[in-house]
Amino acid sequence: MGALRHLVAAAALAVVVAAPALAQDAPPPPAQHWSFDGPFGAYDLAAAQRGFQVYSEVCSVCHSMEYLHYRDLAGIGLTEDQIKGIAAAVTVPQGLNDQGEPKEGPGTPADAFKSPYPNEQANRAAHNGALPPDLSLIVNAREGHADYIYAILTGFADPPPDMKMQDGMNYNKYFPGHQIAMPPPLTDGRVTYADGTHATIEQEAHDVVTFLAWAANPEMVQRKQIGWRVVLYLLIMTGLTYAVKRKVWSDVH
Amino acid sequence: MAGQHESNFSNPVVNWIDTRLPIFTMMQKEYATFPTPKNFNYFWNFGAIATVTLAIMIATGIFLAMNYQPNTQLAFGSVQHIMRDVNYGWLLRYVHQNGASMFFIATYIHIFRGLYYGSYKTPRELLWMIGVVILLLMMATAFMGYVLPWGQMSYWGATVITNLFSAFPIVGHPIVTWLWGGFSVDNPTLNRFFSLHYLLPFVLVGVVFLHVAALHVVGSNNPLGIDVKSPQDTLPFHPYYTVKDSVGICVFFIIFGALVFFAPNLLGDANNFIPANPLQTPPDIVPEWYFLPYYAILRSVPNKLGGVCMMFGSILVLFVLPWLDTSKVRSARFRPIYRQLIWVWVVAVIVLGVCGAHKPEGIWVVLSRVCTLYYFLHFLVILPILGKLERPLPLPESISRPVTGGGGPLPSGATAKPMEKA
Repeated sequence: MGALRHLVAAAALAVVVAAPALAQDAPPPPAQHWSFDGPFGAYDLAAAQRGFQVYSEVCSVCHSMEYLHYRDLAGIGLTEDQIKGIAAAVTVPQGLNDQGEPKEGPGTPADAFKSPYPNEQANRAAHNGALPPDLSLIVNAREGHADYIYAILTGFADPPPDMKMQDGMNYNKYFPGHQIAMPPPLTDGRVTYADGTHATIEQEAHDVVTFLAWAANPEMVQRKQIGWRVVLYLLIMTGLTYAVKRKVWSDVH
Repeated sequence: MAGQHESNFSNPVVNWIDTRLPIFTMMQKEYATFPTPKNFNYFWNFGAIATVTLAIMIATGIFLAMNYQPNTQLAFGSVQHIMRDVNYGWLLRYVHQNGASMFFIATYIHIFRGLYYGSYKTPRELLWMIGVVILLLMMATAFMGYVLPWGQMSYWGATVITNLFSAFPIVGHPIVTWLWGGFSVDNPTLNRFFSLHYLLPFVLVGVVFLHVAALHVVGSNNPLGIDVKSPQDTLPFHPYYTVKDSVGICVFFIIFGALVFFAPNLLGDANNFIPANPLQTPPDIVPEWYFLPYYAILRSVPNKLGGVCMMFGSILVLFVLPWLDTSKVRSARFRPIYRQLIWVWVVAVIVLGVCGAHKPEGIWVVLSRVCTLYYFLHFLVILPILGKLERPLPLPESISRPVTGGGGPLPSGATAKPMEKA
């Protein structure tokens, strides 16, 4: 009986451990320290703002973020004026004019992030057939999450001598199959941070992943705050209910 | 007042209604004074917990449906709209998404309780069979619900599962085309799945009602698995079990809340954050965790039709379980061998779940075949034979005897009837 119980426990543990395997030939991404980790974690807003700068100046040349709106940027602590300025700097379609022709104009905070290409085909055509994925949910959409995105951004290297690379592909330690169509996007000093932070590759990658993590889960901070209140409430509720139960049942046992 | 129901409620409005439609009398009879065995353990919480979870699923689902677009071009984006723009949309969606998992956890524990304490045995066979119908309806509802966000795993999961029907000879392919409403999983499929996903939970409520109605005819089983012999063996449902169920529901909500607020995507698949793409198959197509054991059974058979039959058979065998188990003793407590073997069966199911999460290669194929074999062996061979061979332990005389050593007094006001000696 005892042995069987252990067997059940071991099997249950195996279920927990048996997460769907990461790409077989790529090493697991090393764990990084993130401001948003853990049940108390919140986004480092300065890092997220720097990350937005990296996205705007580097990533957004090829990658869309179609589920974000400029108004959402209030979530990383940008002011209304800053957001209006960012939105006004892009030209967005604004329906039809009186002659029935497509009209364009400066964006407003209510507009969605402008995509770099009008459609998927145009994007592929510009990238040797490869499609740079939309980044709105990228941190959720990859096993390994933030650690994996950081590993990809910092994992470019020279291919091993015995490896034959396909045309236009780049070697990356952490990408499944090691051949990624994206050229190394970040270099030391690729962006100049207004707050004076030294822009190393690691710093840029860390900042942009913080921004992308926020973009994928913008509700996270509020969610955890409510979560603590809910769990605390339920713990008290459980205690009270159990006390009532004991009292009600006291004359039965 | 000839021909009218006699009511004695002090509140005149309640009394007026009850005289004409005795719903208050019914509630009092079925949920307040209803005599319930006094020796339930906390395993008996899970029926109430599952019912509460069903209510939560329907409540959150109704509000999600107000903001969701069942169209292949819009579905994925509308879910993001719910997550980002709808007030507390993320909360509704994460409760609904994790609620499905919690519903299955509650139901699986509820089923295990039935298996361990022999709740399926006479006179509760029909009650048990209605329960299996509930499980099947839940599975269909959960499967169709998982398709709605229209992510990669939604799409490819739907493709794989609907394609199972193509295994049947002659009628197979026409059935699949008919299910899809076309020649692949596409907009008509999404539309009908949405429609059915909204409908089936209400059917589920109806069947749960039948389940409870049948329960209230034959009465609850209990951890000793022996019949109620006297009023000393029972307690009125309220307040004894309403309060005990409430304790269990609170604890269940803590786990539910921890999942929703701190790890809402723990049980999900990263691939479902990528919009459905009919031209790109994900590297692994894996169902949600609660379907993994069946998926492993399906893949353990090298023949497609055989696999499909085994998979459906693994549920259908539960319908005839009351007649496969030949032992007259209900509770595993008094069945020394069954008490061990039921745990072996549980281990087999858990291992099947692990196998279902892995690619069918190497050791996983062997393991899933061994466990599938044991799964069916347990029901089809062991249970019929064991009932004849096993020597059960002596059963207690009555419920109140082992618990209180001879029927202690019931609390005042707990029951209207005077005490009877057994």
